[in-house]
Amino acid sequence: MRSLGRYLLMRTLLTIPMIFVLVTMVFIILRVMPGDPVKASIRPGAPQEYIDEIRHSLGLDKPLYVQYGEYLWDLLHFDLGTTLSPVRGQSVAEQIWQHFPATLELSLAAMLVTAVVGIGLGAYAAHHRRSLADYSLRLYGIVIYSIPVFWLGLMFQLVFGVWLGWLPIAGRISSLSAAPEHITGLYTVDSILTHNWPALKDSVLHLIMPAMTLGLYLSGVFVRLTRSNMLQVLKMDFVTAARARGIPERTVVYRHALKNALIPIITMLGLQFALLLAGAVLTESTFSWPGLGRFLVERITYRDFPSIQGTVVVFALLVASVSLLVDILYAWIDPRIRY
Amino acid sequence: MTEPLLQVEHLTVTYETRQGPVRAVDDVSFTLQRGEVLGLVGESGCGKSTLGMALLRMVRPPGKITSGRILFQGRDLMQLSEKEMRQLRGRHISMVFQDPMTSLNPLQRIGDHIVETIRVHEPKVSKKEAWDRAAQLIQRLGISPDRLKDYPHQLSGGMRQRIMIGIGLALNADLIIADEPTTSLDVIVEAQFLDLLRELRDEFNLTMILITHNIGVVAELADRVAVMYAGRMAEIGPVQPIFHNTLHPYTRGLLASVPSIRLEDGLELETLSGAPPSLLEPPPGCRFHPRCPQARPVCSEKTPPWKEVHPGHGTACWLYAEEEA
Repeated sequence: MRSLGRYLLMRTLLTIPMIFVLVTMVFIILRVMPGDPVKASIRPGAPQEYIDEIRHSLGLDKPLYVQYGEYLWDLLHFDLGTTLSPVRGQSVAEQIWQHFPATLELSLAAMLVTAVVGIGLGAYAAHHRRSLADYSLRLYGIVIYSIPVFWLGLMFQLVFGVWLGWLPIAGRISSLSAAPEHITGLYTVDSILTHNWPALKDSVLHLIMPAMTLGLYLSGVFVRLTRSNMLQVLKMDFVTAARARGIPERTVVYRHALKNALIPIITMLGLQFALLLAGAVLTESTFSWPGLGRFLVERITYRDFPSIQGTVVVFALLVASVSLLVDILYAWIDPRIRY
Repeated sequence: MTEPLLQVEHLTVTYETRQGPVRAVDDVSFTLQRGEVLGLVGESGCGKSTLGMALLRMVRPPGKITSGRILFQGRDLMQLSEKEMRQLRGRHISMVFQDPMTSLNPLQRIGDHIVETIRVHEPKVSKKEAWDRAAQLIQRLGISPDRLKDYPHQLSGGMRQRIMIGIGLALNADLIIADEPTTSLDVIVEAQFLDLLRELRDEFNLTMILITHNIGVVAELADRVAVMYAGRMAEIGPVQPIFHNTLHPYTRGLLASVPSIRLEDGLELETLSGAPPSLLEPPPGCRFHPRCPQARPVCSEKTPPWKEVHPGHGTACWLYAEEEA
């Protein structure tokens, strides 16, 4: 266990230079890019003196290296600064914190869809290799992954929202007053905790389409990955040995073999989850889902430097901690792995 | 003579390949009495492992049992449903594979392998009971019961192979098929494992088919020997006559090519010239004739019939079937 502790410490320390590099890059790119946060937040045609005054009060007229130094110094104190536009002076951390639950909820739901559909169908395809089902599933894997995710979302909206009218096409909940009391920020979880059944129904209905869009889109990779891994494992001696012991075929395939095939899949799943948390930008935009991805896009158009930088830092932290978590999960599943 | 435990009659296993059908096991017949250890020997690729898998009806596609009967305890295995066959595997016929490093599930504890097998076949046994049985069993095999909680990678090759045997013993399997069980073990561990097998054979009155290319292993353990060549049975007989009163020229070649430490200086190790034939286009007649030092014209024309030269000791060779030729 001591070696695991040392490993975790090392990994955690390594995220510091990673974040430093990321922040520096984002900082420079934002300043080089055309566009100005002050101009973006005020009416066009405002007098230059007024603009200069605001720039001065925000410290935007200082030399770049000073701004950079100040930002890093604040970051060291876990201070992500305040917004520049469209509204000035809001805490960036608070803004991110407000948008995070929506993203988390969508990511979790999408991951669930991906894991169940991708791994389930992949294992099934491997089990029934060279059958019609196998060929269809392999085709599905390519097709679904080649479809642009926003187009898939639009088609879902068209079919289930417009034509059939089964599901709402945008947002997390019908009206803010219908939202459950804030506990975790995940509407579905909160409505269960507060026994608010109408809110649960409403939030689940809103969640289905975006989660299916994202989840099915990503499931393609997992169908193929699971299938090929399973085929490899099914050829292994211990699978034959298990059959020779009279273990039922389904147990052999879905317990012995699948568990062994899952190890590399979990890494992929973890990385995908981290990427989802880091803003499923297109899906969130398609479904007006008020999460971090949409927040980031919005703030980029406003040139709200601190919000963009802050979001990137948070994304980096999320990716780093999820992949760390995956490593720990690994050691738990596979007894051969010790750090 | 009582009814044999296993009776294989004219068994043929064919692999459908792109180049055409390959008969890996061709018209093989033999019987096995309860409590008997049969050594099945032959060069690599002669079909002995395929034969082993065929007895469990587990030949991998594109291979298929195309004809013949396997009578086990009087039941024809070819007539059983897949479910009945599954209930037989592990319970009545247990298989020990060549490589103990890869034949255990790396994510499953040793104990769970045994417990799972017991409970699949005896659903009424509780987990606790099955675990206790597993503990007793591996103690008998010379492994501390604590090791049941270990994962396969924490055990040595010899230990794992003992576990594989243990899984067979856990359910008192009527027949254990061991496919090259010592090939991947080093010499010392192999000797220990063979000692253990011998003890178990006497203690549990094991019936075993020992598939090997190592004649020495056969000499140590087997009561009878079956020699296979290119998918066909060349010679079957009790151990002593096979070694000292060899009939088939192939068996003779096999015996002569065993290296011995006591080999006198200057004495060259005899080897069989040539290589085993391709089963895709086996030579006509006796398949051994291109390599046989005693081959005669008839050998390349007609398949030699099976001839019981001495009681219980038979061969398929024209040297002994002249009268009928």
